[in-house]
Amino acid sequence: MDMFVNLATPAGMSLAMLPEIVLTIAALALMLLAAWRHGGEEDQRLAGQVALFGLGLTMFVMWWLWLKGARPDGIAHMVTLDGFRYASSTILLLGAMLSVMLSLGYVGRERILTPEYYVLLLIATIGMLVMAAASDLIVVFMGLEIMSVCVYVLTGINRRSVFGAEAALKYFLLGAFASGFVIYGIALIYGATGSTNLTVIDLRTSNLELESHGMLLVGIGLLLIGFAFKVAAVPFHMWAPDVYDGAPTPITAFMAAGVKVAAFAALMRITVHALGGSIDAWQNAVWGLAVVTMLGGNLMALAQRHVKRMLAYSSIGHAGYLLTAVVSGTETGAAAFLFYAFAYTLVTLGAFGVLAAVGRNGERTVRIDDFAGLASKRPWTAFAMAVFMLSLLGFPGTAGFIGKWYVLSAAVESNQWTLGILLVVASVISAGYYLPVVMQMYMRPATTAEAHSDSAVLGAARWVVGGATTLLLLIGLLPSGLMNLARASTEDLKPGVQFTQQPAPSDQPMLSDED
Amino acid sequence: MLLGPALGVSAILFSIGVLGVLIRRSAIIIFMCVELMFNAVNLTFVALAQQLGPDGQVFVFFVMTVAAAEAAVGFAIIIAIYRHKETLDMQDLNLLRG
Repeated sequence: MDMFVNLATPAGMSLAMLPEIVLTIAALALMLLAAWRHGGEEDQRLAGQVALFGLGLTMFVMWWLWLKGARPDGIAHMVTLDGFRYASSTILLLGAMLSVMLSLGYVGRERILTPEYYVLLLIATIGMLVMAAASDLIVVFMGLEIMSVCVYVLTGINRRSVFGAEAALKYFLLGAFASGFVIYGIALIYGATGSTNLTVIDLRTSNLELESHGMLLVGIGLLLIGFAFKVAAVPFHMWAPDVYDGAPTPITAFMAAGVKVAAFAALMRITVHALGGSIDAWQNAVWGLAVVTMLGGNLMALAQRHVKRMLAYSSIGHAGYLLTAVVSGTETGAAAFLFYAFAYTLVTLGAFGVLAAVGRNGERTVRIDDFAGLASKRPWTAFAMAVFMLSLLGFPGTAGFIGKWYVLSAAVESNQWTLGILLVVASVISAGYYLPVVMQMYMRPATTAEAHSDSAVLGAARWVVGGATTLLLLIGLLPSGLMNLARASTEDLKPGVQFTQQPAPSDQPMLSDED
Repeated sequence: MLLGPALGVSAILFSIGVLGVLIRRSAIIIFMCVELMFNAVNLTFVALAQQLGPDGQVFVFFVMTVAAAEAAVGFAIIIAIYRHKETLDMQDLNLLRG
């Protein structure tokens, strides 16, 4: 009972973009509301609730399209409708909703009383959804920029914080630099193949044996460098710890989860769909990136004493695990990515939520030792944090373990044995900084009698932390349903050549190397 | 005609931009170098449009819009940091490290 949508007509395109349109309307309505009501904490809370409602409505519309089985009629121009889009958009919307829920209490406490906070968060989410939906490199770029520009501002939204301003400047300069690489890569791929549509690029690269075409290779290389910056892969990671450190904690969680997942969703679609035929051109490069990112991120995290920076480096390590899923270049890899991204979003939002609660006097300065004795004072918070740490580590019984297992099996399935072994080695290294947090909480007494007296997780953040813990344990014990869903969603990530239309919108001759 | 030289010039401009970002220390100069990179890409698109049809010229408008949006946000951030630190030298912006 699939519903076929003709993307060439305005009506069809509007239907395909309905979730993004709904979210845009919500963001604009919220901006109008903010123009009238921007007085204080009450208005800020109202803005947050409206944002949550908008995100929920968008999720509803997305699921409606998913249940209807909406499919593009023929070749997907600009955006596509497939399971991978619905699944990754669901993860992104979930991440945004949890970030808003963490923010509700946090912005009041930190006196960030600008309702634009939520408007920017919604618009950044629109950019992420566009990236997940894009079937054209220019649309990927537009989504990337809609997202990035908003997140630059969100990083520095606390104008009284000099750390926020410095983080915003660093993120902005390196983010814009990375965007330059992405768009130059797109320009060169366009020059080599004559199109920016993923399906057409796939056809042309596989039919014309362009693998050794210089312009295409340089284009793919630049595109990969740009994305490596965006997902903070070693050696393009140097901005990430500083930016994650200086940004407000809910925004750090939003960046570590949402921005990363959106960039990976676009990268996954580009590599599997458009560049699947020229896998030899990029597989080794991504392989190298994955290895240095896994090992480098985890080794650098070992040296950290502050929890916020430690989590920042740990998120670099997790980018390495996700790159492992990209290396396989198969639908199995994409399914493993979806599962891993879901677990990673939950665990990231939860861990930063606990950190925001424990670090009532500034989360930047919370050391791992400051978690000492949390288990006796705040048993539930400590239990949740322990689940998050074990899930990040990939301990059996948590969703993180299953996610890593599927990434590992995707790597092995495409004969990447060395990569699989290195992934296990990196996970063992990561135990060196995840387990001390658990040990501090459960095995050391609190340093002072009044420690943790005010580190309760309050309000909506309680739902985030509690919900994330429950889901992580539940998925860790019963992963098959979610995994089947992830597999089913990625079946049509690389559509076969079953369409009847002429593939190319423009039929200009190929460029040759001479002119 | 002239596709090769045009692509060559844009590649050189892009490289100058990348080098500038890596070498210079002032936030504003770094940002100008990023803009140079974007404009090198625009030149590439326009040059390719000769052979590949008008798509390339349309993409230029997208890139220009993005560059304008980034400029607006970027200078606001630069002003914010200047209010705090009274400097735009990237070497002096070192509160966050470790």
